[in-house]
Amino acid sequence: MSEPILSIQDLQVNYGGIEAVKGISFDVPEGEIVTLIGANGAGKSSTLRAISGLVKPRSGKILCRGEDITGKNPTEIVSKGITLVPEGRRIFPDLTVKENLRVGAYLRKDDISEDMEWVFNLFPRLREREWQAGGTLSGGEQQMLAVGRALMSRPQVMMMDEPSLGLAPLIVREIFRIIEEVNKKGVTILLIEQNANMALKTAHMGYVMETGRITLSGPGKELLVNESVKAAYLGT
Amino acid sequence: MEKRLKAPVAPEKKIGNIIAVVLIAAVYVLLYLLDNVLPTNSVTTMLIPVLRKGAIYAMVCVSMNLLNGFTGLFSLGQAGFMLIGAYSYAIFAIPAEQHAAVYQYFEGGSIQFSIPQVLSGVLGESGGAFLGAIICLIIAGAVAAVFAALIGIPVLRLKSDYLAIATLGFAEIIRAVFQWDGLGKITNGSNLLRKYTSFSDMRVHAGDTTIKFDSMFPFLIAMLSILIIVLLVNSSYGRAFKSIRDDEIAAEAMGINLFKHKMISFVVSSFFAGVGGALLAMFQTTIQAAPFRSTMTYEILLMVVIGGIGSISGSCIAAFLYIACSEWWLRFLDSGALPIPFVDASIPVPFFRDGFRKVVFSVIIMVIVLFFSRGIMGDKELSFSGMIRKIKNRTKTAAAAAGEEDAQ
Repeated sequence: MSEPILSIQDLQVNYGGIEAVKGISFDVPEGEIVTLIGANGAGKSSTLRAISGLVKPRSGKILCRGEDITGKNPTEIVSKGITLVPEGRRIFPDLTVKENLRVGAYLRKDDISEDMEWVFNLFPRLREREWQAGGTLSGGEQQMLAVGRALMSRPQVMMMDEPSLGLAPLIVREIFRIIEEVNKKGVTILLIEQNANMALKTAHMGYVMETGRITLSGPGKELLVNESVKAAYLGT
Repeated sequence: MEKRLKAPVAPEKKIGNIIAVVLIAAVYVLLYLLDNVLPTNSVTTMLIPVLRKGAIYAMVCVSMNLLNGFTGLFSLGQAGFMLIGAYSYAIFAIPAEQHAAVYQYFEGGSIQFSIPQVLSGVLGESGGAFLGAIICLIIAGAVAAVFAALIGIPVLRLKSDYLAIATLGFAEIIRAVFQWDGLGKITNGSNLLRKYTSFSDMRVHAGDTTIKFDSMFPFLIAMLSILIIVLLVNSSYGRAFKSIRDDEIAAEAMGINLFKHKMISFVVSSFFAGVGGALLAMFQTTIQAAPFRSTMTYEILLMVVIGGIGSISGSCIAAFLYIACSEWWLRFLDSGALPIPFVDASIPVPFFRDGFRKVVFSVIIMVIVLFFSRGIMGDKELSFSGMIRKIKNRTKTAAAAAGEEDAQ
C-alpha cells in the first residue's frame, strides 16, 4: 500500500485547558473519503483544527506524505495542499461570491480562471449569484460557497467540518453528491460529521470518536451495520 | 466601485468616468481661482481654509477607514501618528537661520539644516520649497510608519477593544514624549515649532507674476494618498484585509497570514496619518503636541462613522461636511446674533453664545446616527455611473407614468 497522504500519530490536543483529543492515530489514504464520526465534544473539530494549524497540538505527529507538518502555521499547511471547510461555513459575508472564491485562492500565484469555472460548474447556483454579497445567500448556498472557496486553493486534501450542519435534508444530499464528485476528481476528503448515516454511506473508511479517543474503525459500509454504531449514532 | 452591481453597462460607466474627471478638474479650477484670481471677501476667507482642512481630514479619515473599516482593526492611535508626522515634517523644514529663534529655550536645537532650504540652493526658491516639502512629507509618513511597525509587533496581537485601548494609550505616550524637555533640542519641548515651509511657500514665480498653489498643494497630496489607498483596497491585499475583517478564523484557514496583513494595513494607515499630520502642520503654520489628544482621534472616528465605515467616498464627504459645519456654517451660533444673508445686518439672539454651536452640532450628529445608522454612504461607494442608471430608470418609470396619464 502506498504512503497515506495524511497520517496522524498519537495526536493530543488541549482546548482551553480541557484535553479534547487524548492520543489518536489514523491514516488518510490518498484519493479516499475518510470520515470521523462522533457526538458533540468527542474531539473531532479539535483534530481538524490541529491538522490545519489553527491550534498547536500538545503532542503527537501529523505527517503529510511522510513529511512532518506538526505545529506549522496555517499558511504553510494550505500551501501543502491541505485545506479546511470550517464548521458553520464561515463565508465572508460582506465580500461578493466571486471575491470569496478569490480569497480561497489567495496563496496561488497562477491563473485561477479554470478553477473558478470548475467551481461554477459544480455549483451553478453560485454562478447566478456571482455579484451578490456572501451574507445574502441561503444556508445551503453558503455551504456550497464554503466548499467552492476551499476548492479554489486546488487542494489535495479537503477537510470538512460538519458540512450538513443546519441544512435541509435535500441540500445535505446535494452536498454529499458534490463531495463524491470532488473526490472522483482526485481530491482526498477528510469529513467530520454528526450525520453518521450519510457520512458512512459516502466514506470509504470511517472512525468513531468518543471523548477524545477512537473507539471503532472500519470501512464505512461495515460501520453502517455495526450494532454499537447503530445504537449510538444511527438511532435504529 | 461597481462590484456589487451586476453586469456594469459600458456607456454609463464611460459617462460616469467623464463626469468624475470633469468634476475633479472643476475643483482644481476653483482652487486656482480661489488662490489667484478671486478677491477676498467674507465667503472666500472661510471657504479656503475649510477646503484645505477638509482635504487634509479626508485623507486622514480614509487612512483610518483602511484600518477600522477595511481590516476590522479598531485602532485609536491616529492622533499619535499624526503628531509624529507633523513633528517629523516641521523639524526638517525649519530654515537654518530661524533655528535660534524657534529653539530659543534649547540653544537653537540640534538639527541645523532644512531640507527645502538645502534643495533651494540647487533648484531655486520655489523648486526647493515644492520638492523639499514633498520630501519632508514622505519623511513624516515614513517615521510614522516605522513607529507603527514597532508598536504593531506587540499591539496587533490584541483584538477589538483591547487593541483600541492599547493604541489610544500609545498615542498619549507619544504626546507626552514629544512634550518632554529632555528631547527639547529636537522637539522644542512643549513650545511651538514654527517658521517651517507652509502652504504659502507653495508658489511659482515667473517674472513679475506669481502662481499660488496654496490650496492646490494639499488637494494634490490628499488626492494622491487617497488614490493609493483605493488601489490597495481593490488589490488582492485589500481582499485579504476585508476577509480578515469579515471572519478572522476563516481567513486564517484560507492561508492568509493574519499578523502580516494586519501589519501591512497598520503601517500603510499610519504612513498616511503621518502625511496628514504633516499637512495639518503646514496648514496651521505652527505646531504643538498639545492638541493631538484623543479628542482628535474621536473627531476623525466620528467623521469615518458619519461617512460610513468601509466607504472611502463616504469618509471624504463626511470630512468636508464636518469641517465646513464646525468651522464655518455653524459659527454664527457662537456669535450672539443671527446674520441675515446678503445684507450686512444681524438679529441678536440671546442664547447664541459661546458653546451653543457644539449643542446644535451634537443634535445634528445624533440625527445622522439615528437616521443613517450605517453612515451617509453605508459601505457603498459614490458612483456616477450608478447614479446615471438610477436617474435613467426613474425617468423611464416617470415617462411610463406620464404616458398612462396621457392615455387617461
